[in-house]
Amino acid sequence: MPDTTIANHELNLASQSVEAKNTNAAEISKQLRANRHKRESRQALLKHLFLGFFAILMLYPLLWMMAASVKPENEIFGNLSIWPSAFHWDNYAHGWNRMQVSFTTFYANSFLVTILSVIGNLISCSFAAYAFARLTFDLKKFWFALMMMTLMIPYHVVLIPQYVLFLELGWVDTYLPLVVPRFLAADAFFIFLMVQFFRQLPRELDEAAMIDGCSPYKIYWAIIMPLSLPAMATAGIFSFIWVWEDFLAPLIYLNDMNNYTVPLALRLFVDQDSQSAFGQMFAMSVLSLVPVILVFVIFQKLIIKGIGMSGLK
Amino acid sequence: MRKFFVRNLPGYAFLTPWLLGFFLLALGPMLISLYLSFTKWDMVGDPQWVGLAQYEYMFLKDKRFWQSLDVTFTYVILAVPARLAFALMIAIVLDKGIRKIGIYRALYYLPSILGASIAIAILWREIFNIDGVVNAVLINFGIQGPNWIGNPDTSLYTLVVLAMWQFGSPMLIFLAGLRNIPTELYEAAEIDAASKAKQFFSITLPLLAPVLFFNIILQTIEAFKTFSSAFIISNGDGSPADSLLFFTIYLFNEAFTYFRMGYASALAWTLLIIIGLFTAVSFYTSKYWVYYENERD
Repeated sequence: MPDTTIANHELNLASQSVEAKNTNAAEISKQLRANRHKRESRQALLKHLFLGFFAILMLYPLLWMMAASVKPENEIFGNLSIWPSAFHWDNYAHGWNRMQVSFTTFYANSFLVTILSVIGNLISCSFAAYAFARLTFDLKKFWFALMMMTLMIPYHVVLIPQYVLFLELGWVDTYLPLVVPRFLAADAFFIFLMVQFFRQLPRELDEAAMIDGCSPYKIYWAIIMPLSLPAMATAGIFSFIWVWEDFLAPLIYLNDMNNYTVPLALRLFVDQDSQSAFGQMFAMSVLSLVPVILVFVIFQKLIIKGIGMSGLK
Repeated sequence: MRKFFVRNLPGYAFLTPWLLGFFLLALGPMLISLYLSFTKWDMVGDPQWVGLAQYEYMFLKDKRFWQSLDVTFTYVILAVPARLAFALMIAIVLDKGIRKIGIYRALYYLPSILGASIAIAILWREIFNIDGVVNAVLINFGIQGPNWIGNPDTSLYTLVVLAMWQFGSPMLIFLAGLRNIPTELYEAAEIDAASKAKQFFSITLPLLAPVLFFNIILQTIEAFKTFSSAFIISNGDGSPADSLLFFTIYLFNEAFTYFRMGYASALAWTLLIIIGLFTAVSFYTSKYWVYYENERD
């Protein structure tokens, strides 16, 4: 009997100590967790501070340019402020009409070239991508390898013969040299982007449609295209931005100021540097970025996903 | 015969625009420019065959050619690592420990999307001017900065800074790569008390190698092709004192200012060969340092 009492007693003690240990352990782990939580949130705060500061640093040049576009001329240089002492909105009106040809024409030209180019890119690149991703035909691998190689070729290598060709055709000083190549899938990057996307669509769709007697043309239009709107939008957005900002091709092919696109017109400000119209120059520079920034803000999610998908520049 | 058409017709029908473009705008012009590089031609009359004379002049006599190589390679060697280092650093900070990174991602990416535009090149000219923003900052520290753009010793660095400013897209690609590294690896490393630096060099970097490789190739080719911003900042001719004479700018002026089409074609093919060699060597050496997870030995 005493044995059992002692044993019981010991058992009690043991269980008590276990309990104590348990509560101890629970407390310690709670505290540890709280500590870690505190440490983590402190770290997160530090990170936010760093990232926020860095974001401001990154955006500062853009903010400064926006301010400079409405500053009085004598306040632009040697001045770090992004808040003008007075707002000279007339820089925009004067800049718009500063050249013999007004920016209305330049914008109309830029939009025309850009929209036609985007349409060309979407049609021709999705055609090629559909063939590469979903159809079987002889020499497919060979052509695909060649297509991938053209991604690497610098535009400068084909520039001179292309110029001679378009000159012979009488296309210089028209928009044809800027637009027609896009209808011939010259921006092969978008083929690559779309191939990546088309390959992810389930094959069964094509097969089922085929059994129902759908032709490959019908499958492209009725199945692949409706399912590929995100990829098409991504390609469309990027080609919009790249064509809008394109400088080299317009520089070579457009001579008459009436045909100039916006980047070419901006360059005229640089050449007239000495006549000091910096406010107007910045005003027109800011305006030239507006379409790109708008597209970026509206389609930001698609753009960022698109880069993850293909590694665009 | 019928079978042959049934099998091939749809594929080639869809491929037609690209095939036309490939032959008329890529392969054809490339071969023609190869031919032109062996000739002398000012676009008046017929090209005159001169054999290797253009290349001989280029490599043996033309100081500006070597200057343009010097400028381009210096730029590539400085700008690509700087941009990638920035991109990787920010991607690592963004990757763990904080939520709501969307806004930073977008803000950091914005310069990349605007950076190629003429507007930004114009802005850069004025920021680095003698009385520009950069010197206005320096003056607060009692430093009188130079005319960064006008001074041949510093002008190239303004373009390197411009390149660094546009680290957005490699950052996004790094971020996607970092997200694919299993967290268990870091947890195991924590238990083994591996330092953060050790974790970076033993886990992050090796597993990120394929992404890093991809970024290096892409960014280097991109850097070799730099044109618009350098053109605006250097007044179109590589000035001051040829310090911004990028290969592409030299080529452009030979072709479209002086109409030396033969020589410009030889320059174009040299550029193509440089980029081709770089890509080939990178792919060849990549098997020694790029580890692909799903690869079997």
